[in-house]
Amino acid sequence: MTGRRLETGGRIDRSRPLSMTFDGRRVEGFAGDMLASALLASGETIVARSFKYHRPRGVYSAGVEEPNALVHLRDDGRQEPNARATMVEAFDGLIATGQNAWPNVRWDLQGANRFLAPFIGAGFYYKTFIGPIRGTGFWMFCERFIRRAAGMGRAVTLDDPDRYEQANLHCDVLVIGGGPAGLSAALAAGRAGADVLLVEQDAELGGSLLSEPVGSATDAWLNTIAPDIDAQHNVRVMRRSTVFGAYDHGTYGLVERLWDHDVRPPEDQPRQRFATVRAKQAVLASGAIEQPLVFGGNDKPGVMLAGAVRTYLNRYSVLPGSRIVVATNNDSAYAPALDLANAGADVVLADARTGLPESLLENTRNGGVEVRLGHSVVQAKGRGRVQSAQIAAVDGAGLMAGPATSVPCDVIAVSGGWQPALHLWSQRQQKPVFDSEKHCFVPIADAAPPMICAGGVMAASGLEEAVGQGFSAGVHAADQTGATRDAGSILTAPSVSVGDDWTREIAPVRFIVDANGKPKGKAFVDLQHDVTTADLDLAYREGYEAAEHAKRYTTAGMATDQGKTSGVNTLAQLAALRDVAIGEIGTTTFRPPYTPVNIGALAGAETGPHFQPTRLTAVDQWHRDNGAVMTEAGAWMRPWYYPQMGEDLRAAYIREAGHVRQHVGIIDVSTLGKIAVQGPDAAEFLNRVYINGWKTLAVGRLRYGVMLRDDGIVFDDGATARLGEYDYFMSTTTANAAGVLSVAEKLLQTEWTDLEAHVTSITDQWAAFAVAGPKSRDLLAAVVEGTDLSREALPNNYFAHGSVEGATVRVHRMSYSGELAYEVYVPALRGLDVWQALIAAGEEFDLRPYGTEAMGALRIEKGHVAGPELDGRTCLGDLQLGGLPSKKKPFVGSVLRQCPALVDEQRPTLVGLEIDGETGATPGSLLFAEQGPMEGHGEGWVSSTTYSPALGKNVALGLLKNGPNRMGETVRVANFFGDRVLTATVTSHHFFDPDGERQNG
Amino acid sequence: MLRLNCPICGPRDETEFSYGGDASVKRPKMDETDPQIWIDYVFYRDNPRGPHLEYWHHVQGCRQWLVVERDTVSHEIASCRLAREVAR
Repeated sequence: MTGRRLETGGRIDRSRPLSMTFDGRRVEGFAGDMLASALLASGETIVARSFKYHRPRGVYSAGVEEPNALVHLRDDGRQEPNARATMVEAFDGLIATGQNAWPNVRWDLQGANRFLAPFIGAGFYYKTFIGPIRGTGFWMFCERFIRRAAGMGRAVTLDDPDRYEQANLHCDVLVIGGGPAGLSAALAAGRAGADVLLVEQDAELGGSLLSEPVGSATDAWLNTIAPDIDAQHNVRVMRRSTVFGAYDHGTYGLVERLWDHDVRPPEDQPRQRFATVRAKQAVLASGAIEQPLVFGGNDKPGVMLAGAVRTYLNRYSVLPGSRIVVATNNDSAYAPALDLANAGADVVLADARTGLPESLLENTRNGGVEVRLGHSVVQAKGRGRVQSAQIAAVDGAGLMAGPATSVPCDVIAVSGGWQPALHLWSQRQQKPVFDSEKHCFVPIADAAPPMICAGGVMAASGLEEAVGQGFSAGVHAADQTGATRDAGSILTAPSVSVGDDWTREIAPVRFIVDANGKPKGKAFVDLQHDVTTADLDLAYREGYEAAEHAKRYTTAGMATDQGKTSGVNTLAQLAALRDVAIGEIGTTTFRPPYTPVNIGALAGAETGPHFQPTRLTAVDQWHRDNGAVMTEAGAWMRPWYYPQMGEDLRAAYIREAGHVRQHVGIIDVSTLGKIAVQGPDAAEFLNRVYINGWKTLAVGRLRYGVMLRDDGIVFDDGATARLGEYDYFMSTTTANAAGVLSVAEKLLQTEWTDLEAHVTSITDQWAAFAVAGPKSRDLLAAVVEGTDLSREALPNNYFAHGSVEGATVRVHRMSYSGELAYEVYVPALRGLDVWQALIAAGEEFDLRPYGTEAMGALRIEKGHVAGPELDGRTCLGDLQLGGLPSKKKPFVGSVLRQCPALVDEQRPTLVGLEIDGETGATPGSLLFAEQGPMEGHGEGWVSSTTYSPALGKNVALGLLKNGPNRMGETVRVANFFGDRVLTATVTSHHFFDPDGERQNG
Repeated sequence: MLRLNCPICGPRDETEFSYGGDASVKRPKMDETDPQIWIDYVFYRDNPRGPHLEYWHHVQGCRQWLVVERDTVSHEIASCRLAREVAR
């Protein structure tokens, strides 16, 4: 194959030459080229190595279906593996390299894999599991070699410096495909007044018409319709954009390649943009994809699709070879043959059919093409590339019917018919039907509303029918959206001389084999995954008869091209093996994306810290400015600890927790969920959702409450204050804030609609700070104005209103740490002012901020349960809260909490654990009795651990079978990940101040 | 992606909602004490092929609970109403 650029012609801009590199070699091109056309023009024959066998491969197609020419693009963080050279627009400075080869695709030492071919056929992967050596050991042995040698490109781990965006698009009519049918549909729907979005994956509109010779009648047609579409201001045209997925309710995934056609995007622009399209109607005009003929050596560089050869000639002015054999089973290869002969190539056309119309033959022969009817190519020969074609007479089934003759050539252009690109239609859970006259799978035009299929995707018989279908679809779609204007008269289709209708008298010849039905050499069904006819034969012999089974066993059709050039031939071979019609085999299901989509485009700006929203409290910046190490708590960021002078986490939290017990500390608890419960029936609502009673709670007081799920498992806990007659202020744990609100709304809106109560999230509206320690009352008394915080005026579980620096605050007296403690609630906008006022006033009381780790240490010392104990598996008894529920009233979960499994006394129950030794236990460790085997899941687990500064030892909370009856017992604490076993003494979970004298003081 | 026609907010993406389970089951009265009735309500659900009544919560919108009639095969939405207005 010696491709070359012709002196004239093509749709390239010869005034703008481009210089690129492939594997370090200079490749010349022009604006308007694809990387593939530039490679062909530069004589690059081998551009890739195949997946398993490392066979040399060349450019095979001119479109999205490309199975062979996968290349690695660009350098540094912009690298991109597995780019189809046929879809990469050429630009000055483009860097491309071959992949899956060492040292390069021309001289690939891994080509030795071909000697392994007998051992790595269909199902090799699975067979290594079952023999010759049992177990997975053999696979793991083989894997090391196979993973290194087989495969596609390699992704890089560098950060991509480019930006990507997400967008939303809306339209009445989405037209997918800018070929003759799509253009007609867009024009019709636009004239009718609909809001139209026309999407074309190419940089140019025209589709198949761009492969017609420059200056032909189709160009005139395009030149007429383009301004007509431009004139419709309600028609938006997106080029370089692919609708890759069709989803429910008229939504579509679209990716727009804004700057892939240049070295890098401008500073302020994204490389690609992913859009979710919401369309009332869609017209699918995605055309059809030419299918290969399968024969020995059909993967050699130089074997190409006939239509692709014509595209390279007419669009890019590249003649891929000088001596070209065209093999076909339909009319569509006649136009390429004639154009190639006209461009100066020697062309032999082998048509498997006989009895063709004399006019077609005469026209072709007059054009300088040698036509051999009833013949086809049985084998491509040549070292590393096509050097000759073995042409023989074949019968109607593709079996050789005479001796082969060798025809020297450098390109074999094949056409095994066309398959509609019905992927997006199939994605709508549709099954296509096999058309036994056109020998392809076709969609049912209107079976998947709101999507209508038109043109090549319906296997339209020629341009006139395609244009007609497109126009009608456009009119219909616009009408469905309520558009009322007259779309005008139907367009006249352009005429083309030959090959207009590939569906006419197409013959079902796909495999060219010898008289015994065997291919002459390796014949590939799936080029990208290196699946041969022999692999499919083997799969069938081993019982994989169903299409879905054979596909998975051989991996045919499962490469990145999703079988665009292999799917139909795979089914055809399976049908032949089973001796049934191809339509009875059934098709496999296509799934998004239609063509590969860069992960970066889907992620858009949602990367790194923007992966999900981050919630910050009103005091967030103060924490950071004062040296806090932050930690994630759900979507929130919270101070974890405030290290002083190089302290690590352990040193810092021990100091912070000890400081609280001796002096006073402050912690930002704004992240607690806060819900306003309001209305005449607010108390009744609380009475139903909490296990304890609420009817007696007086205004000015607050109470701790626990919620269950309907199944009796503990859901959440927190304190609720009664602010007014019908006004309650509920707090939830940070983790369950959203869940509690949703459940409350569901109960009120769906079941308890008779209750006059309403819930509103006010988490973001209020900042909250816990001030804890023996000096906390003195500190607050010095800062909060307008209220009496004395022991008598404000006992535990009461609240008072006051002000700080002119900001209204509410001071709840309640304790989580076990110390004398308060929570100061302040409107979030004044949160920082009040925090700073507290910090400033705190100087004389030695006030220090503390983080969540110290907070955890304090609550573990007190034996309070938190998230690690409320893990969705524990009931009230498990948590030693069995005395809390009211017996006078029903509440959510009150019936099922009594079910036998939840009242079993053997259930793991909350205990304290004093850990022996210096290291402390790891949460999640399993508990085992002192003696006996350490097997299974043990008798319980460790939920929370800390070093207790108050006790001077390592302690933990855990749940232990029959725990309350095992006080004083020694248990083993096993961390199987660390392979470490500690011992611990079982104690009460109230490690510190069990009578609560400090918090009530 | 489903599109739900919220009676308050209009047609919105599925991503704004969260699924809230079978809307055809009736929660027992608060004073119901028969565990079997609660067990049926909490744990047992039909899994119909075809029309299905279900709760959706417009979490990222008006926060209303909706009763949606969805076909589990085709995803066709037959109706979308405010739960509080659905006669029970």
